[in-house]
Formats: sequence, structure tokens, C-alpha cells
Amino acid sequence: MIAIVDYGVGNLFSLTSSFAAIGQEVVVTADPRVLEAADKILLPGVGAFGDAADKLRATGLDKVLVQLAKQGKPLMGICLGMQLLFEEGHEYGIHKGLGLIPGKVVAMKNVIPQALKIPHMGWNALDFQKESPLFAHIKNRDCVYFVHSYYATDCREAVIATAEYGAMLTAAVQMGNVFGCQFHPEKSGTVGLNILRAFAEMEG
Amino acid sequence: MITKRIIPCLDVKNGRVVKGVNFEGLSDVNDPVALAEYYSGAGADELVFYDITASAEGRQLFTDVLRKTAERVFIPLTVGGGINTVDDFDRVLKCGADKVSVNSGAIRDPGLIAQAAKRYGDQCVVLSVDVKRVDGVFRVFARGGRENTGMEAISWIRRCVENGAGEVVVNSIDTDGVRGGFDLPLLEAVCDVVAVPVIASGGAGNMAHFIDLFKALPKVDAGLAASIFHFGEVKISDLKQKMADAGIPTRL
Repeated sequence: MIAIVDYGVGNLFSLTSSFAAIGQEVVVTADPRVLEAADKILLPGVGAFGDAADKLRATGLDKVLVQLAKQGKPLMGICLGMQLLFEEGHEYGIHKGLGLIPGKVVAMKNVIPQALKIPHMGWNALDFQKESPLFAHIKNRDCVYFVHSYYATDCREAVIATAEYGAMLTAAVQMGNVFGCQFHPEKSGTVGLNILRAFAEMEG
Repeated sequence: MITKRIIPCLDVKNGRVVKGVNFEGLSDVNDPVALAEYYSGAGADELVFYDITASAEGRQLFTDVLRKTAERVFIPLTVGGGINTVDDFDRVLKCGADKVSVNSGAIRDPGLIAQAAKRYGDQCVVLSVDVKRVDGVFRVFARGGRENTGMEAISWIRRCVENGAGEVVVNSIDTDGVRGGFDLPLLEAVCDVVAVPVIASGGAGNMAHFIDLFKALPKVDAGLAASIFHFGEVKISDLKQKMADAGIPTRL
């Protein structure tokens, strides 16, 4: 069973439908006991870093997620959920993240050419930087769907894929049992479903 | 680099696709869910569902269709038609839409775009605008292209983007249905004043028109069409291969 963390951020309709489409049972929950009992945890999210981080802290879910990740339970963040895995987010001020992956989340406007539009929105190719079990069913240069204006940097050895958009933007990360996708696998067609399937198949 | 998007548009009335289409392996040509799955499998980068229903019952059928589609089709879905209030945004986003397109609703209530962008983010709000030349000036038309609002189109588009529209669908009434190619002068004028994605609509008659569009105007992000896809004159998989062969960034 995969638990999707419900902390009042974003619409989970497509995500739960994606898992249903690959035959995986999910539960949407904010209950620490359910998270603890789950084989794997998925942290979704859209919106601003600070608000989302505050919501995790207000509910105490931040500590629960960190503890379960450190016990070795596979955890994957998607989009803002991925950004929250980092140490810091620099969006309307500096906010503390979960600190499970080294690095910080900053505005891309300072690193990409001015002529490029922000947000980085649309289908872009993944450039694999490292092998990862997350890529078990997809190929290098497969396209996935992005919508974001901030990106993770200084992630050291955690980067497993980048996307080229005037700069090499961090697209996917992994540190042991903790994974993150900046793009939306639930909106990335067959490639996206194959990423979710790879996550679902990992040993808990 | 971001790939250029190909977007089929489906007009839905009372829960059914308006123009029936004959595709191999598609038993019910008027079923929006089946058609959406077909297009997604063929390589469509996004889908636009346009609700042309007037009645409340029809609206309910539309959200049912939307929900069923979002359960099975995992590419971005944009929804338009009958979006007049922030509650309308809420109604379709809850059913699995990713982006919501406003047209006449933004003309009637100039505050709508700003309110929706504040609540859901700019990337969620799409301005759709019907434009026609009147005495050499681009004018905004309302009510499905029937009514000249008298507003100058380029400044209207710029104002809506300033208010938070994160994407613009530019539909040229002059080229729509003519199948002689997209309205490049209009699209260029729009690209010159906005920094958000621009989607070209109206005029595509063959594959070369999409290639011409993306070659002539690299700032245009996507091409939208309905009938040439629905009637099978242009197959999306063929079109995308042609685009890639022409050196246009394309998701295959």
C-alpha cells in the first residue's frame, strides 16, 4: 500500500487515478499511523514552498516523514513535494525544508536566459545523470511534463536526472530510499506511469 | 528544451463530442473519453475540452466526462466554455482539469483572471481570445466570435497577462475554417507583447502549416486544431514525426 500525504496542498485526483491505472492501491492520509503502516510514501504538492512547509510543520507531519524516511521507507516527493525534501526553499523568504536531500530550492530566473519563459512549463526530455531504480522502465531522453518556476540546486550527488532549459535544471533526485521528481509523472503519459510503477515496485 | 505542443480540441455538448469522427478501433466516435484516450495514445501533448452546453444538466454531464477522462488520460487537460466565475474554476479543477480557459467570462468580468490567478496560480489560468481584423485593426470578439466588443486585441491580451493569465490561446476568426495556415501576423503581434506561452489556433489545414508556424515564429509554443484531427486528415503521430524531421523540438 502506498500512502499519499494529505496536508491540504493541491489536487490529488490525477495522482490517485494514475496509481489506479497501474493497479496500485493507494490511501490518501494525514494519519501518522497509516503512514507508518504503508509500504511507501508519496509527498505531493503545488503552490508556494513556505505555505506548504508550514502546513507540514503545523500538523507534525514533517517529523513523521523524516523519521520514516530515516528508517528506510521509500519516500517520493513530486513537484513542490520534491522541493520540500531539500534543506531550504528561497521563495518569498527563506524557509526550512525537510532536509532529507542536500541542497536548496531557488528561482530559476537568475540562471536561465531572459528570453526563456517562466514557468518552465511543458514537455521536456530527461537527461539521466545516474542510474536509479526510478528509471527501471523508461529511457534516457524520454519526455515528461514540467510546471515550475523554482528549481533545486547544490544537490551534490543526489541529482539523477536533469532537463535542459537554458541551464541544466534538476529534474529528479535520489538519496538512498528518498526520491524526488520536479516534473509531474501523473501528467506525463506512459512515461510518467512507468516512473510511478518503478516506485511502486521498489522493495520497502 | 521544451518541446512544441500539439493540442487537439474537442467540443463537447451534453456530454458528447459534437463532430463525430471515424477512427479505426474507435467504436463510439462521439464519446469524449474514448476520443481523448485515442489522441493521448497518438501523441497529443495536451487536450482541450470545450463545453458548448448551455443547460445546467449539460454542465453536469460535462464534469462527469471530465472526471472519467482524467481517470484514464494522463496528459494535461485544459477546460473551457462557460467559465464565468471562480466557482466555475473550482468545479472543473476538482474533476481533473489542469488548466482553465476563460474567454467571454473575462470580457464580462475583467477581475476574473486576477481572482483565479491569485487562488490557483497563473499557470492554471488560460486566456482564450477570438480575434478578427476590422478595418485593419485586431479586435476582440465575444460570444463565440459573433459579437465585436470593439476592444483592440493586442492590448487586451497584454492586460489579461498582466492580470495573471499564464497562457494565451489566440484564435484567428479570419483564418479559422479557411485551412490556409495559421494567422502568422496576428500571432507575431501577440508574441511581441507577452512573455507567457502562446497557443496558435485557427487555420491549420495540413501538416506543413504546423511546420511553417513553428519555423516562422519560434516563440509560439503550441498549435491547436480540431477538425483536421477529428476527420483524420492529419494524424498526430505523423505530424509529430514530420516536426521532429524538420528539426522542431518534439516529443515522440
